[in-house]
Amino acid sequence: MSDAANNTSLFGIHGMALELRSQRMGMLTSNIANAATPNYKAKDIDFTAALKSEMSGTNIDAATAKNTQFRVPVMPSLDGNTVDLNTEQVAFSQNAMGYSTSLSFISGRVNTITRAIKGE
Amino acid sequence: MPTSGNLNIFDVAGRGMSAQMVRMNTAASNLANAGAVSSSEASTYRPLRAVFAQQLDAANGLSTVNVAGVVRTAATPLKEHNPNHPLADANGDVFTAPVDENAEMVEMLDSSRQYSNLVEALSTAKQLMLDTVRMK
Repeated sequence: MSDAANNTSLFGIHGMALELRSQRMGMLTSNIANAATPNYKAKDIDFTAALKSEMSGTNIDAATAKNTQFRVPVMPSLDGNTVDLNTEQVAFSQNAMGYSTSLSFISGRVNTITRAIKGE
Repeated sequence: MPTSGNLNIFDVAGRGMSAQMVRMNTAASNLANAGAVSSSEASTYRPLRAVFAQQLDAANGLSTVNVAGVVRTAATPLKEHNPNHPLADANGDVFTAPVDENAEMVEMLDSSRQYSNLVEALSTAKQLMLDTVRMK
Protein backbone atom coordinates (compact mmCIF):
# COMPACT_ATOMS: atom_id res chain seq x y z
CA MET A 1 0.00 0.00 0.00
CA SER A 2 2.23 2.79 1.21
CA ASP A 3 5.95 3.06 1.51
CA ALA A 4 6.46 1.61 4.96
CA ALA A 5 9.98 2.90 5.45
CA ASN A 6 9.01 6.45 4.57
CA ASN A 7 6.01 6.32 6.81
CA THR A 8 8.01 5.07 9.75
CA SER A 9 10.68 7.73 9.65
CA LEU A 10 8.27 10.65 9.45
CA PHE A 11 5.31 9.64 11.57
CA GLY A 12 6.67 6.77 13.63
CA ILE A 13 4.17 4.21 14.81
CA HIS A 14 1.20 6.50 14.19
CA GLY A 15 1.37 6.38 10.41
CA MET A 16 0.94 2.63 10.50
CA ALA A 17 -1.56 2.72 13.33
CA LEU A 18 -3.76 5.11 11.36
CA GLU A 19 -3.93 2.82 8.33
CA LEU A 20 -4.69 -0.13 10.53
CA ARG A 21 -7.37 1.79 12.42
CA SER A 22 -9.09 2.68 9.19
CA GLN A 23 -9.03 -0.97 8.05
CA ARG A 24 -10.46 -2.04 11.37
CA MET A 25 -13.17 0.61 11.14
CA GLY A 26 -14.30 -0.93 7.85
CA MET A 27 -14.40 -4.37 9.36
CA LEU A 28 -16.42 -3.24 12.37
CA THR A 29 -18.84 -1.41 10.05
CA SER A 30 -19.23 -4.67 8.12
CA ASN A 31 -20.20 -6.39 11.35
CA ILE A 32 -22.74 -3.69 12.20
CA ALA A 33 -24.19 -3.83 8.67
CA ASN A 34 -24.58 -7.60 8.89
CA ALA A 35 -26.22 -7.63 12.31
CA ALA A 36 -29.33 -9.27 10.82
CA THR A 37 -27.77 -11.54 8.20
CA PRO A 38 -28.29 -15.24 8.90
CA ASN A 39 -25.06 -17.22 9.33
CA TYR A 40 -22.82 -14.14 9.25
CA LYS A 41 -19.77 -14.55 11.47
CA ALA A 42 -18.42 -11.36 13.02
CA LYS A 43 -14.75 -10.62 12.34
CA ASP A 44 -12.23 -8.34 13.95
CA ILE A 45 -8.57 -7.45 13.56
CA ASP A 46 -6.27 -8.23 16.47
CA PHE A 47 -4.95 -4.70 16.49
CA THR A 48 -1.86 -5.21 18.66
CA ALA A 49 -0.68 -8.25 16.73
CA ALA A 50 -1.35 -6.61 13.37
CA LEU A 51 0.55 -3.47 14.37
CA LYS A 52 3.45 -5.57 15.59
CA SER A 53 3.68 -7.49 12.36
CA GLU A 54 3.37 -4.29 10.35
CA MET A 55 6.20 -2.75 12.36
CA SER A 56 8.35 -5.76 11.60
CA GLY A 57 8.02 -5.00 7.89
CA THR A 58 4.94 -6.89 6.71
CA ASN A 59 2.78 -4.85 4.36
CA ILE A 60 -0.56 -3.69 5.70
CA ASP A 61 -2.82 -5.99 3.66
CA ALA A 62 -0.86 -9.07 4.70
CA ALA A 63 -0.77 -7.90 8.31
CA THR A 64 -4.52 -7.44 8.51
CA ALA A 65 -5.28 -10.65 6.63
CA LYS A 66 -3.07 -12.65 8.96
CA ASN A 67 -4.48 -11.14 12.15
CA THR A 68 -8.17 -11.21 11.32
CA GLN A 69 -10.12 -13.51 13.57
CA PHE A 70 -13.72 -14.50 14.02
CA ARG A 71 -15.21 -13.09 17.15
CA VAL A 72 -16.13 -15.51 19.90
CA PRO A 73 -19.86 -14.91 20.37
CA VAL A 74 -21.05 -13.80 23.80
CA MET A 75 -24.43 -15.34 23.20
CA PRO A 76 -25.16 -17.71 20.32
CA SER A 77 -28.22 -16.88 18.25
CA LEU A 78 -30.56 -19.26 16.46
CA ASP A 79 -29.84 -18.06 12.93
CA GLY A 80 -26.09 -18.63 13.21
CA ASN A 81 -25.26 -14.92 13.33
CA THR A 82 -22.52 -14.02 15.81
CA VAL A 83 -22.80 -10.22 15.80
CA ASP A 84 -23.29 -8.73 19.24
CA LEU A 85 -24.26 -5.14 18.53
CA ASN A 86 -23.11 -3.79 21.89
CA THR A 87 -19.66 -5.32 21.53
CA GLU A 88 -19.37 -3.97 18.02
CA GLN A 89 -20.45 -0.47 19.01
CA VAL A 90 -17.98 -0.33 21.88
CA ALA A 91 -15.18 -1.61 19.63
CA PHE A 92 -16.16 0.91 16.96
CA SER A 93 -16.04 3.92 19.27
CA GLN A 94 -12.82 2.71 20.86
CA ASN A 95 -11.31 2.36 17.41
CA ALA A 96 -12.53 5.83 16.37
CA MET A 97 -10.94 7.25 19.50
CA GLY A 98 -7.66 5.53 18.65
CA TYR A 99 -7.85 6.93 15.12
CA SER A 100 -8.37 10.46 16.43
CA THR A 101 -5.46 10.08 18.83
CA SER A 102 -3.07 8.85 16.16
CA LEU A 103 -4.29 11.61 13.88
CA SER A 104 -3.53 14.31 16.42
CA PHE A 105 -0.03 12.95 16.94
CA ILE A 106 0.50 13.02 13.20
CA SER A 107 -0.85 16.52 12.79
CA GLY A 108 1.39 17.65 15.65
CA ARG A 109 4.33 16.24 13.77
CA VAL A 110 3.22 17.92 10.55
CA ASN A 111 2.93 21.21 12.44
CA THR A 112 6.42 20.87 13.86
CA ILE A 113 7.92 20.16 10.47
CA THR A 114 5.98 22.97 8.80
CA ARG A 115 7.25 25.41 11.38
CA ALA A 116 10.79 24.16 10.93
CA ILE A 117 10.52 24.68 7.17
CA LYS A 118 9.11 28.15 7.56
CA GLY A 119 11.81 28.97 10.09
CA GLU A 120 9.43 30.24 12.76
CA MET B 1 -28.17 -4.73 -7.26
CA PRO B 2 -25.01 -6.58 -6.34
CA THR B 3 -22.16 -4.77 -8.00
CA SER B 4 -18.64 -6.08 -8.21
CA GLY B 5 -15.55 -4.13 -7.39
CA ASN B 6 -14.02 -2.79 -4.25
CA LEU B 7 -16.18 -1.92 -1.33
CA ASN B 8 -15.31 0.94 0.92
CA ILE B 9 -16.72 1.80 4.30
CA PHE B 10 -19.32 4.11 2.77
CA ASP B 11 -20.60 1.38 0.44
CA VAL B 12 -20.82 -1.01 3.35
CA ALA B 13 -22.86 1.34 5.51
CA GLY B 14 -24.94 2.71 2.63
CA ARG B 15 -26.01 -0.68 1.33
CA GLY B 16 -26.65 -1.88 4.83
CA MET B 17 -28.98 1.08 5.24
CA SER B 18 -30.89 0.28 2.06
CA ALA B 19 -31.23 -3.34 3.16
CA GLN B 20 -32.69 -2.23 6.47
CA MET B 21 -34.99 0.06 4.54
CA VAL B 22 -36.33 -2.90 2.53
CA ARG B 23 -36.91 -4.75 5.78
CA MET B 24 -38.76 -1.76 7.22
CA ASN B 25 -40.92 -1.56 4.09
CA THR B 26 -41.90 -5.22 4.31
CA ALA B 27 -42.84 -4.80 7.96
CA ALA B 28 -44.92 -1.75 7.02
CA SER B 29 -46.71 -3.70 4.27
CA ASN B 30 -47.44 -6.49 6.71
CA LEU B 31 -48.81 -4.08 9.28
CA ALA B 32 -50.91 -2.32 6.67
CA ASN B 33 -52.44 -5.62 5.62
CA ALA B 34 -53.03 -6.92 9.11
CA GLY B 35 -56.64 -7.94 9.41
CA ALA B 36 -57.21 -7.86 5.65
CA VAL B 37 -60.09 -10.20 4.83
CA SER B 38 -60.46 -12.25 1.68
CA SER B 39 -62.97 -14.75 0.34
CA SER B 40 -60.53 -17.52 -0.59
CA GLU B 41 -57.50 -18.97 1.10
CA ALA B 42 -55.31 -18.56 -1.99
CA SER B 43 -55.90 -14.85 -2.39
CA THR B 44 -55.32 -13.93 1.25
CA TYR B 45 -52.34 -11.72 2.05
CA ARG B 46 -49.30 -13.60 3.38
CA PRO B 47 -46.66 -11.70 5.40
CA LEU B 48 -43.55 -10.60 3.48
CA ARG B 49 -40.07 -11.13 4.84
CA ALA B 50 -36.77 -9.77 3.50
CA VAL B 51 -33.95 -12.33 3.33
CA PHE B 52 -30.49 -10.90 3.93
CA ALA B 53 -27.29 -12.30 2.50
CA GLN B 54 -23.72 -11.32 3.12
CA GLN B 55 -21.70 -9.86 0.25
CA LEU B 56 -18.01 -10.24 0.89
CA ASP B 57 -15.28 -8.30 -0.85
CA ALA B 58 -12.45 -10.79 -0.56
CA ALA B 59 -9.89 -8.18 -1.60
CA ASN B 60 -10.15 -6.15 1.58
CA GLY B 61 -12.19 -8.29 3.94
CA LEU B 62 -15.17 -5.92 4.06
CA SER B 63 -18.63 -7.32 3.72
CA THR B 64 -21.90 -5.58 3.18
CA VAL B 65 -25.40 -6.91 3.14
CA ASN B 66 -27.65 -7.53 0.17
CA VAL B 67 -31.32 -8.34 0.09
CA ALA B 68 -31.26 -11.79 -1.51
CA GLY B 69 -35.01 -11.71 -1.95
CA VAL B 70 -38.33 -10.86 -0.42
CA VAL B 71 -40.29 -14.00 0.32
CA ARG B 72 -43.87 -14.65 1.32
CA THR B 73 -44.06 -16.68 4.49
CA ALA B 74 -46.07 -19.89 4.43
CA ALA B 75 -48.36 -19.01 7.32
CA THR B 76 -51.90 -20.27 6.93
CA PRO B 77 -54.67 -17.66 6.88
CA LEU B 78 -57.15 -17.70 9.71
CA LYS B 79 -60.43 -19.22 8.62
CA GLU B 80 -63.50 -17.87 10.26
CA HIS B 81 -67.10 -18.89 9.79
CA ASN B 82 -69.03 -15.69 9.24
CA PRO B 83 -71.89 -16.11 6.74
CA ASN B 84 -73.02 -12.49 7.17
CA HIS B 85 -69.72 -11.09 5.94
CA PRO B 86 -70.03 -9.60 2.41
CA LEU B 87 -66.86 -11.45 1.31
CA ALA B 88 -67.89 -14.85 2.66
CA ASP B 89 -67.46 -17.80 0.28
CA ALA B 90 -70.03 -20.51 -0.53
CA ASN B 91 -69.50 -22.18 2.85
CA GLY B 92 -69.88 -18.88 4.68
CA ASP B 93 -66.17 -18.68 5.55
CA VAL B 94 -63.84 -15.66 5.37
CA PHE B 95 -60.05 -15.73 5.52
CA THR B 96 -57.97 -13.21 7.47
CA ALA B 97 -54.32 -12.40 6.76
CA PRO B 98 -52.05 -14.18 9.27
CA VAL B 99 -50.11 -11.10 10.37
CA ASP B 100 -48.65 -11.01 13.87
CA GLU B 101 -48.74 -7.29 14.64
CA ASN B 102 -46.47 -7.54 17.65
CA ALA B 103 -43.82 -9.43 15.70
CA GLU B 104 -44.00 -6.80 12.96
CA MET B 105 -43.58 -3.97 15.45
CA VAL B 106 -40.52 -5.72 16.90
CA GLU B 107 -39.15 -6.19 13.39
CA MET B 108 -39.62 -2.51 12.70
CA LEU B 109 -37.96 -1.39 15.93
CA ASP B 110 -35.02 -3.71 15.38
CA SER B 111 -34.63 -2.53 11.84
CA SER B 112 -34.76 1.16 12.72
CA ARG B 113 -32.24 0.67 15.48
CA GLN B 114 -29.83 -1.02 13.11
CA TYR B 115 -30.41 1.73 10.58
CA SER B 116 -29.46 4.38 13.11
CA ASN B 117 -26.38 2.39 14.13
CA LEU B 118 -25.26 2.49 10.52
CA VAL B 119 -25.92 6.22 10.27
CA GLU B 120 -23.81 6.69 13.37
CA ALA B 121 -20.97 4.58 11.97
CA LEU B 122 -21.17 6.46 8.70
CA SER B 123 -21.02 9.90 10.27
CA THR B 124 -18.12 8.90 12.52
CA ALA B 125 -16.20 7.56 9.54
CA LYS B 126 -16.98 10.69 7.57
CA GLN B 127 -15.84 12.95 10.40
CA LEU B 128 -12.59 11.06 10.85
CA MET B 129 -11.87 11.19 7.15
CA LEU B 130 -12.57 14.91 7.00
CA ASP B 131 -10.28 15.41 9.98
CA THR B 132 -7.59 13.50 8.13
CA VAL B 133 -8.01 15.48 4.96
CA ARG B 134 -7.99 18.83 6.74
CA MET B 135 -5.31 17.74 9.23
CA LYS B 136 -6.34 19.76 12.21
